[in-house]
Amino acid sequence: MSVLKPLPRWADVVLLPLLNLTLAFVVSGLVVLAIGQNPLHAMWAIATGAFGSGYNFGYTLYYATNFIFTGLAVALAAHAGLFNIGGNGQAYVAGLGVIAVALLLDGTHWIIVMPLAMLAAMLVGGIWAFIPGYLQAKRGSHVVITTIMFNFIAAALMVYMLNYVLKAPTGMAPESRMIAPDARMPRLAEFIDFFRHTPVNLSLFLAIALLVGVYYLIWHTKFGFALRTLGQNPTASRYAGFSNSKIIMIVMTMSGALAGLVAFNEVLGVQNRLVLDFVADAGFVGIAVALMGRNHPFGIGLAALLFGALYQGGNELQYVVPGLTREMVVIIQALVILFTGAMEGLFRPGLQFAFMLFTPEHKAEAMARESAGSES
Amino acid sequence: MKNKQAFKGLAALAGGLAVSALMAGTALAQPAVIYDLGGKFDKSFNESSFEGATMWAEETGEAFLELEIQNDAQREQAIRRFASQGANPVVMAGFSWGTALGTVAAEFPETNFVIIDGVVDLPNVQSILFDEHTGSFLVGVLAAMTSESNVIGFVGGMDIPLIHKFYCGYAQGAKAVNADITVIESYTGTTPAAWNDPVTAGELARAASDAGADVVFAAAGGSGMGVLQMMADLGKYSIGVDANQNYMHPGSVLTSMLKRVDVAVYNSFMNAGDADTFTPGITVIGLSEEGVGYALDEHNEALLTDEMIEAAEDYKARIIAGEVEVHDYTTDSTCPV
Repeated sequence: MSVLKPLPRWADVVLLPLLNLTLAFVVSGLVVLAIGQNPLHAMWAIATGAFGSGYNFGYTLYYATNFIFTGLAVALAAHAGLFNIGGNGQAYVAGLGVIAVALLLDGTHWIIVMPLAMLAAMLVGGIWAFIPGYLQAKRGSHVVITTIMFNFIAAALMVYMLNYVLKAPTGMAPESRMIAPDARMPRLAEFIDFFRHTPVNLSLFLAIALLVGVYYLIWHTKFGFALRTLGQNPTASRYAGFSNSKIIMIVMTMSGALAGLVAFNEVLGVQNRLVLDFVADAGFVGIAVALMGRNHPFGIGLAALLFGALYQGGNELQYVVPGLTREMVVIIQALVILFTGAMEGLFRPGLQFAFMLFTPEHKAEAMARESAGSES
Repeated sequence: MKNKQAFKGLAALAGGLAVSALMAGTALAQPAVIYDLGGKFDKSFNESSFEGATMWAEETGEAFLELEIQNDAQREQAIRRFASQGANPVVMAGFSWGTALGTVAAEFPETNFVIIDGVVDLPNVQSILFDEHTGSFLVGVLAAMTSESNVIGFVGGMDIPLIHKFYCGYAQGAKAVNADITVIESYTGTTPAAWNDPVTAGELARAASDAGADVVFAAAGGSGMGVLQMMADLGKYSIGVDANQNYMHPGSVLTSMLKRVDVAVYNSFMNAGDADTFTPGITVIGLSEEGVGYALDEHNEALLTDEMIEAAEDYKARIIAGEVEVHDYTTDSTCPV
């Protein structure tokens, strides 16, 4: 067998994801076709639903904000060789921090509430991830197991808190009372009429800043070097004099803090109260976003925008094509996640082979090998 | 084989909806209905809304917009989407819509909104409430007269005051005809997921049955199907809720506590879109408006004796006349029985 060479960087970063995406849309199209709808109509509905107007684009950006936070959370941990799949729970519990700050400081101004709520979200989310980090570092309990278990604990805890502690006295629904209007994080719609009626808010800028910040942290700081060393080779990292257990705990805490910012966006900027299930699986989408973005902040930004578009466009699909029920929309989203996330390597061998054929020197090499193979 | 059938059903359904989609887009202000968690085809609360909307569509020949939400966080977006699209009125059934509607209705003062089971105090919102306690009283009467074990059960959906109101009416009705009867009370959960958890609800019905209950009233939305199924399997009686569920297990479903969400949606579609006929504020629908009651049809006529029907009708007349007062749990969060 011939030895396949790695792909050129542009093909790895641009071409491969595009191929995966195309395949995902083709398969989704077949599913749409199977239930008797026009797939092109459906795809068009998704595209216009995500980017067609200020209203649609505003919602896309709002979803993308969440996915940037969770995507970065997964990517940061991944660089240290840790698979944090507890973003959902970390973001969910972080809502407690945000709502506590917002309700305690009721009657003050958002300029005061916003930074404190942000810190509270990062703190609570960070603590929720620190515990699995500690268990991994000191007790060897694998973070994949502990973080996903912490998602369940978080869900149970939040149901309890919403029902018995935070529930508004007047209502029947398990939700906290509303944050006073002055304390809410301003939406972009207040400054830009283009985004009228959409929930995209100031936390978008925080997300963009963090894309740069995390990039800097991973590739331009000593700590970033240490965590990448740990991710590549724990033994080498140990030998180089880094404390692996300390890095694991710090990275997990930072990862949880990033995921926790979803609560900052949702609770302070969008829902303006604590509701059940406000994370809406953003933590899991973050895994797909990080995978698709190759754990690089630039890729994560693009992938988050894509998934934001899919979420918003998918929602819109239900209005435009009523034959597509909510289950269908979930199927389409799942296929995209499957092909771009879990099966992202599907085309890699084929593409590598194709590249060998189409690069002059490789072509000659491959031909020689082919003929040598057929002769033997 | 089973999959194939399900697929055919899905295809037929998609086809039917595609027709309504084709008709959409022509009318100026279409009415819209949004279903709560639990899904459109829950055979109960949400399906009632759908039937009301369908009734309207068949009668007027026009199309309506509809949406099923996937989680609690989507509520605002769902309402806003229809309002910004120009739908009028926007109707939603379920108390959980309250806060989200309060926010969005203020943003769209020109659009009329209707909320069923909740109250939103804004000039462009009509809040429709039902006298669930009186309807539940009547099925309580029927349950107590049917029971031979002197124990009856109640399985609620989400543990909230609204469902306690069902229970309290039911218990009062049962005790009115048999003061010694025991009523076993249970709830499926504390979150909206409790509306769509037939397994847990079925187990609660079995527990009630094990404790001696031979009639169980399910006030649990989609979860109630589990109760009806369990009681049918055990060869005992159940009582459905919201929609007429008598047909689901003929011979086992004693009756259904009707809550005519369908009529409320139908009336809203008819009237709420027009400023002249729209009535903002709180509207209460009870026994006299036929908004609540018990279901009697060919599936349960063998189960209800003349004596039972007579008793139920007698109580109904006396409640309407004000001679019998049924306590409403939600007024003071207590139940006298």
